[in-house]
Amino acid sequence: MEVASARQYEPVIGLEIHVQLATDTKMFCGCELSFGLDPNTRTCPVCLGHPGVLPVPNRRAIEFGLMIGLALGCEIAPRSIFHRKNYFYPDNPKAFQISQYDVPLCSGGELAGVRVHRAHLEEDAAKLVHAGESGRIHGAEASVVDFNRAGTPLVEIVTEPDIHSAAEAAEWARLLRETLRALGVSDVNMDEGSLRVDGNVSIRPAGEATLGVKTELKNMNSFRFLERGLDAEIARQEGILREGGQVEQETLHFDNRTGALSSLRSKEEAHDYRYFPEPDLVPIAPTEAMIEMARAAIPELPLARAERFERDHDLPADSARLLAFRGEQGDFFEAALAVSPSDPRTLANYVVNDVPPGSAATPEAVAKLVDLIGAGTVSRGAAKEVLEVLAAEGGDPEQIVADRGLGAAGGDELGAIVDQAIAENAGAVEKIREGKDQAIGAIVGAVMRQTKGRADGGEVQKLIRERIGA
Amino acid sequence: MTSELLSLTAAQAAERTRAGDLDPRELWDLYRERAGADDLGAYLWLPDDAPEMDASGPLGGVPLAVKDLFCVEDVPSTSGSRILEGYRPPYTATSVRKLVDAGAPMLGKTNMDEFAMGSSNENSGYGPVKNPWDESRVPGGSSGGSAAAVAAGLAPWAIGTDTGGSIRQPAALCGIVGLKPTYGAVSRYGMIAFASSLDQCGPLTRDVTDAALLFGQMTGRDPCDSTSLDYPADPRLPSAERLDGLRFGVPKELLDTEGIEPGVRAVFDTTVKRIEELGATVEEIALPHSGHGLAAYYVLAPAEASANLARYDGVRFGIRAEAPDLLSMYEETRAQGFGDEVKRRIMLGTYALSSGYYDAYYGQAQKVRTKIADDFRAAFERVDLIVTPTSPTTAFPLGARTGDPLAMYLSDVLAVPMSLAGIPAISIPGGLADGLPVGVQLAGPAFSEFEICDAAYALERAIGFGDLPWK
Amino acid sequence: MGRTLFCGAVIDREQVNHVARLARLRLTDEQAEQMAAELSKVLDHIEKMGELDLADVAPTSHVVELENVLREDEARPSWPRDRMLAEAPDADAEGFRVPSPGS
Ligand SMILES: [Mg+2]
Ligand SMILES: [Zn+2]
Repeated sequence: MEVASARQYEPVIGLEIHVQLATDTKMFCGCELSFGLDPNTRTCPVCLGHPGVLPVPNRRAIEFGLMIGLALGCEIAPRSIFHRKNYFYPDNPKAFQISQYDVPLCSGGELAGVRVHRAHLEEDAAKLVHAGESGRIHGAEASVVDFNRAGTPLVEIVTEPDIHSAAEAAEWARLLRETLRALGVSDVNMDEGSLRVDGNVSIRPAGEATLGVKTELKNMNSFRFLERGLDAEIARQEGILREGGQVEQETLHFDNRTGALSSLRSKEEAHDYRYFPEPDLVPIAPTEAMIEMARAAIPELPLARAERFERDHDLPADSARLLAFRGEQGDFFEAALAVSPSDPRTLANYVVNDVPPGSAATPEAVAKLVDLIGAGTVSRGAAKEVLEVLAAEGGDPEQIVADRGLGAAGGDELGAIVDQAIAENAGAVEKIREGKDQAIGAIVGAVMRQTKGRADGGEVQKLIRERIGA
Repeated sequence: MTSELLSLTAAQAAERTRAGDLDPRELWDLYRERAGADDLGAYLWLPDDAPEMDASGPLGGVPLAVKDLFCVEDVPSTSGSRILEGYRPPYTATSVRKLVDAGAPMLGKTNMDEFAMGSSNENSGYGPVKNPWDESRVPGGSSGGSAAAVAAGLAPWAIGTDTGGSIRQPAALCGIVGLKPTYGAVSRYGMIAFASSLDQCGPLTRDVTDAALLFGQMTGRDPCDSTSLDYPADPRLPSAERLDGLRFGVPKELLDTEGIEPGVRAVFDTTVKRIEELGATVEEIALPHSGHGLAAYYVLAPAEASANLARYDGVRFGIRAEAPDLLSMYEETRAQGFGDEVKRRIMLGTYALSSGYYDAYYGQAQKVRTKIADDFRAAFERVDLIVTPTSPTTAFPLGARTGDPLAMYLSDVLAVPMSLAGIPAISIPGGLADGLPVGVQLAGPAFSEFEICDAAYALERAIGFGDLPWK
Repeated sequence: MGRTLFCGAVIDREQVNHVARLARLRLTDEQAEQMAAELSKVLDHIEKMGELDLADVAPTSHVVELENVLREDEARPSWPRDRMLAEAPDADAEGFRVPSPGS
């Protein structure tokens, strides 16, 4: 008999991403988009769903939708229509959301090996501010609705279930965010909700093709929480299956603070959205000109940028992607490279590892440091210390080197230190002469200790060999 | 003097005010006073103060009664529903604004079937309207208040809305003219929606000239209504005296409809003879799918309505029932605020869209709609205009059909196919049957309103319907 | 719910209650009973259109032949908050009050 608990499970993950578009106005009315303004100061009869009002779509929102679709390699529907998605909730002013259903604007794309099922346009809901002290739904007595956000244009991107770990999901979502950021179609700020990622998770015995029962995971408002939430859900499902239970299809809320998952089933019950074509709107039939305009507005995207970094600057694939998928760091790298094009690998290495986004270092300073290394003025070891100072306090690397005496040891100073190290490590000298070359490490180490890392390792080895005639 | 003023059509009155022969304020005072003494239940709201009068516009300062379905800024606008009691819209409907700007100040808001759902005006949340020809009878609906007001001389003219006959049928039952425009010809912005793909607003007037005059000022693309279009012709008043060279079609499927009263049939037959006497040809045509129009309509309209009326949830406007939790707040508010017919249609529409039923009901109805529109297209290759009775019956007694929704729905069986096809149609009085008015409907291809009015004008003169039941 | 369509079948009370819940309409037992009877009669009429074979017919959701009716992304002033809150049956100084979902 097979022991369930011995099985290996493979997670199958698909993502649903809601992207708030960075238009000036809402999807179907002329109210300005806002964040953090006083409640209900950006509303009108249309976005409050007053009797008799009609929606008129925002041209730029359609353009942004097309740009996203094209950037994700989707097909653009020759004629897409809006539907009404009917459900009652205080954040939904008309009690239907205008969304797209069977003919979305974009379908069938791919990004970094994950297929994009569809990308469609819709409108955002309002915000419920809960009057209870917990700030969460349960336990609050009354709520107050703020309609400022209601009607904000959204693009909903749905992937195929092509992702197989939480880490992969987070990494892909990062790439998507950078792609959207590069497009300039959204603020992509997860804290502020302009990028919202939900996960569909199921697990199956490794090697099996059929999909397990999936759950939907909501409210993961950072990439870290996305990864944690997915991991928690994968573990929960594994636990159920190992105990011989069955996963139930449900929507789960991930608590960012406690890491707990709770069911939102009460809201799910009796969901029957009764989609039907929105009779107040006419079809969107993107013309050749509209598509060409959207295509022309697409800048270099992160994937292409990574390829360019690899190709033109000879970066290892890993650091090329790290830089390109974290757009700010990619920009930092390119700005520094413009100042100092001589050693992109070292520069990339520093940008990826030593100057996190938001640090005090400027691209010019990091570029100058790489130049100092190239000129032999600063050793690689000492450069690490300079970087720490740059990251923490900023400043000019030459000045930092001078102030802290971090200049490369060389000339007579280094010669004297090498001589002393040879004298103090007679045993090692003997071993080298016997052909045990690795014994040189002890002498190099002694020199490095003495110079506090300011010497160049290669230079030191060369000097030792010269001195002992090996 | 008063009765002389009262006998003027709106166009005649406008002509006088614009020429400086009549003070529009005099006209306002006359009609305001009559409207204030309304005992038909035609009005739901009247202003206390007279507006500023300006006779220089094309509508000459002739006051206009407005169906309560139109939103007018800061004026109670309830669409005949208790759920919107106290609602004062923060904006004005485009069509109303255009007419006011063209010189027709709003005289008041008229009664109607709740959310335009009904054919007798008995579904109003604020009481029924009586037919001025016989106060024991209904005026038709849903624009029953507007029709009764015009017929009784409580307004020179009025606007109403027509989703599946709601202008034409009450016009017929009250012996006046009602024009349902081509879908998209007039902006729907500010019309409290019933069924968005069908709703159109149009004039209810004493004669065809008034209808053409008012309609001519309503049309045009509105940036606030994605489904509105530029009207392809300039406004004009009808002047045809003959119908020479015109081909009229009589659709046999509609004329075979069960329940067309003999009196209605007789007036219709006489009208057809008159059409021929005026020089036109009349032939039988086929609209093979029109017999299914009512069925398709009673899926599509309630389905759209179920979504359009979901916003009445007690949160942002209108009434709210106090309840301990959100679900009961919704359910109680809607249970108290909506009348029986509205509930029935919400139920019907929700059911037709619900999981598992969409294809059989909504999907099938949309396809029937395609066929009905195709039928009309084919017919208009053979004939210029289609003529039918407007309603199978004359005004029926109050209460006669309230217990039988299907019987009530059948009141619109001859009007609904045109609504589904989005084409224009007018109802003009054809004569009397047992002392009650009978309407004749003329329908034409999209954007043929002025051609329809021309033909209707010639016919109107030949019929010579005569005076309205002044009180 | 597993009833066959277009066979003169009727909607029963259980279905009426389900639909009423979807539509947020509270019906008394008596109302539900009456609703079931009335809707059945209307549905009976409606279902006659099922006799038409329209498998290859395109649905018409709209008679206007317009496409791409769009507005420019240009802001216009929003309405004053007080004016909009004035229509609300229950509002505080800043927003629309509702019984909390889930409470
Ligand atoms: Mg969505
Ligand atoms: Zn707005």
